[in-house]
Amino acid sequence: MSEPLHRALGLTDDEAAEIERILGRRPNSLELAMYAVMWSEHCSYKSSRLHLRRLPTAGEGVLVGPGENAGVVDVGDGIAVAMRIESHNHPSAIEPYQGAATGVGGILRDIFTMGARPIAVMDPLRFGPLDDPRSRWIAEGVVSGISGYGNSVGVPTVGGEAEFDETYRDNPLVNVFCLGVLPVENLVLGRATGVGNLAVLVGAGTGRDGIGGVSVLASAGFSEGEDESAKRPSVQVGDPFEEKRLIEACLALYDAGLVVGIQDLGGAGLTCATSETASRAGMGMDVDISAVRRREPDMEPFEVMTSESQERMLAIVTPQDLDEVLAVCRKWEVSAGVIGRVTSGGSLRVLDGFGGEVLADIPAASLHDDAPCYDRPRTPPARDAQGDDHVATTEGVDLGEDLLAMLLDTSWVWRQYDHQLFLNTVLGPGSDATLLRLKHPLTGRDTGRGLALTTDGNHRWCSVDPRQGTAMVVAEAVMNLATVGARPVALVNCLNFGNPEHGEVMWQLSEAIDGMAEACRAFAIPVVGGNVSLYNESGGADIAPTPVVGMLGLVDGLDVPPPTTSLVDGSRLILIGDHVAALGGSRWAFERGQRGGPLPPLDLRAHSRVATAVRDLVNGGLVNSVHDVSAGGLGLCLAEMAVRSGVGFNVAGIHGLAELFGESPSRCVVGADPELAGTVLRVCESAGAPTTELGFAGGAHLHVEDLLEVSLTEASSRYHDRLPSALGAGTTQG
Amino acid sequence: MSTRVGIVLFPGSNCELDVAEAVRSLGGDAEILWHDEPSLRGVDVVVLPGGFAHGDYLRPGAIARFSPVMEKVVAFAEAGGPVVGICNGFQVLTEAGMLPGALQKNAGLKFVCQMAQLRVESVDSVLTAGLTVGDIVKMPINHFEGNYTCSEQTLTRLRSNDQVILRYVGNPNGSLDDIAGICNEGRNVVGLMPHPERASHELLGSLDGVPLLRSLLAPATPGCADPLSG
Repeated sequence: MSEPLHRALGLTDDEAAEIERILGRRPNSLELAMYAVMWSEHCSYKSSRLHLRRLPTAGEGVLVGPGENAGVVDVGDGIAVAMRIESHNHPSAIEPYQGAATGVGGILRDIFTMGARPIAVMDPLRFGPLDDPRSRWIAEGVVSGISGYGNSVGVPTVGGEAEFDETYRDNPLVNVFCLGVLPVENLVLGRATGVGNLAVLVGAGTGRDGIGGVSVLASAGFSEGEDESAKRPSVQVGDPFEEKRLIEACLALYDAGLVVGIQDLGGAGLTCATSETASRAGMGMDVDISAVRRREPDMEPFEVMTSESQERMLAIVTPQDLDEVLAVCRKWEVSAGVIGRVTSGGSLRVLDGFGGEVLADIPAASLHDDAPCYDRPRTPPARDAQGDDHVATTEGVDLGEDLLAMLLDTSWVWRQYDHQLFLNTVLGPGSDATLLRLKHPLTGRDTGRGLALTTDGNHRWCSVDPRQGTAMVVAEAVMNLATVGARPVALVNCLNFGNPEHGEVMWQLSEAIDGMAEACRAFAIPVVGGNVSLYNESGGADIAPTPVVGMLGLVDGLDVPPPTTSLVDGSRLILIGDHVAALGGSRWAFERGQRGGPLPPLDLRAHSRVATAVRDLVNGGLVNSVHDVSAGGLGLCLAEMAVRSGVGFNVAGIHGLAELFGESPSRCVVGADPELAGTVLRVCESAGAPTTELGFAGGAHLHVEDLLEVSLTEASSRYHDRLPSALGAGTTQG
Repeated sequence: MSTRVGIVLFPGSNCELDVAEAVRSLGGDAEILWHDEPSLRGVDVVVLPGGFAHGDYLRPGAIARFSPVMEKVVAFAEAGGPVVGICNGFQVLTEAGMLPGALQKNAGLKFVCQMAQLRVESVDSVLTAGLTVGDIVKMPINHFEGNYTCSEQTLTRLRSNDQVILRYVGNPNGSLDDIAGICNEGRNVVGLMPHPERASHELLGSLDGVPLLRSLLAPATPGCADPLSG
């Protein structure tokens, strides 16, 4: 006997019984399919919702918090910023080019749904090791997909991350962050208000691509021996030119005031867009499924209602405005047609023609509000006693070689992205934080201020201690913003974890959320949106916990470009911030299989003092280079500054391996003109930030007294050659 | 009176607002011309901006050349009016036969977005009139199909007529003879892959695009189209 339909759709027996209770009858197969996609982990957050409530979401300037398509923050001068981060991990593992491309497309729609023009994309990427051919294939395809879609759709990719680690073999993390700007008064919400208003489906035709993407792909892991190519039809296919016209058409509709509410079609397709817009407004909707323009003949109603075909939006408009709406869409060569009507009473009905047969009839709100919410068991791991702090010896260790092995230039990735469009990019990819000019989205008027952006994650810190590790990730983002002179304003998160049915994974998730909440409270940063990606596992092994944050900061006066991470010959080098000599959670220790703890301590108040000092120095024009100390420790920080500038350094006072490669948080290296060094030290002192004078920038070597000396030439070639030699000129896809 | 620059917007173009911002910052007037408009509204200069006109379907520029506005652009150029195609605009100009040669995929088969160094080779064009031959300038490039190619006879003609206006220093895309920009025999139609508008603000890393845009904004020279007609 074959398994019951609800199980094949990914619903448990209890969930099926609950659906029957809500409806007071047995659901038909279309209704069951609609519940299955909406109650999937991806759409309902059923394993994480309980915990996400602990994050602070209120704050100055927050116009829209979590729960809408994107968070929105008022940044002054009549301008608001919409921001969101998403994952496209599973699709990218199966079909890297389209998986990544549609990830970009999806996040853009989340942003222009709010009335904002998307102006910046960032891609935090995590792949398996470079010596694994499949991981290289995934990395190459993902980067091509982002480049192919993002460049063509006309939104610059201004930053991100590229990491390679064993934990992401077979389960890469492809996260994508997007930011848009809008005149405050243009803010649009995804609400279907007004009985009799029309639901207009705008954009691409509906096909069979991406059916069940949220349930088949995003809410289950990959098992051993499973043929992943069998899941390929669940991956959507993107068309950036369709999306570009869709963006322009929607922005034109907003400017003309023709839209009552709007929602993009992403995960769970029409089912999600119709039910969410209706239930947010306390309304219902009649959907005429026969009016949905299709790409293929003979599609079943459940296919039409759950298809994740890309580049579609659902606009709610008044009947009087319909002709004008259709005219705007025609100008942009975007197809549009009425497929629904807003009704009172709260029912989402799927009809075969208005007045025709009723194919489904369910309470719209039940797809969201009644979705299951699980308090899944949480089990702290049994800690092995293996510490690693005692390894702080240089005997038998070639520190120079260890340093060289960590150097990696990611420009191979971001040179393939248009990162300059819109003439905003003051500091782009490869910087500690991206810095954009802030212009009014309609008038183009330059505010003389800047938007700073960073995305950060560190799976090593978080696997040693998910709570403190996540707090350290938030702290690192704050420091990255400080290096361009920005103060933090808001945060979005993408929580990439393993299988929530594993007790340890749920424990990691809960701890990470607590760590993020603590840090956000300490820095007064509201969480305005997020995404949870679970079931990141392969062959039964969960990925290391990888919460990623995207943080927005503001620079008040942007007259001259801030200093970069590049050293200036002859400068004095100063370390700001205190440290503990400990290797727990460090990259150096992990690469030697030492995954024990504890992490070096994090003092959030001390961190704020260092960040304030750095911000003051940058804004005061007192430093000529600046780089935060993070993965790879002080050693890698200095080495990156050297290879990016072609200027060596000569430093002293770093005592041993643990001080060289330990990753004590809350530290930054700055370079200063010798005549300004005294002022720099005084500014730090008055901010309450401790300093250590390290030495000088200059020469043709990376020299740390008593520890290592390597030639700048060798370091530079290792830095620059690593990715091109692993990934090559490569091939093109798509 | 300020020079009026008409910037053609094809569906899929994306640098039109950037060009407009740069033009306005230098005192020019910028107007966006929709691709199926029947008139150029009497502008003094036409710019075909960067982007992906019509999604670059088939080949970059292959469909854009059939957009209704292109008939007007051809007539404007034949009357001596200055026309500049930047990046995708250069591709459109070659597809439309307004400039010789073609732009194929980069030698590395990758999209390339980076700063490029260029040598000014000719100042006898509407875009380079304000520069000096031999000057080295810095401007970003941002393309997948920027690898210029043409027949041997065409190359000979381009050289002998001094039609190569910009060459790369350190060829980033495999272009024949390091060609980054060319003009037609009348010197009023120019195509280039680098983006002068991206090098026109002190916060963006280079101001070297400014002299090029200023050349374009200089008062119309005799023989150019009457700004009141067309």
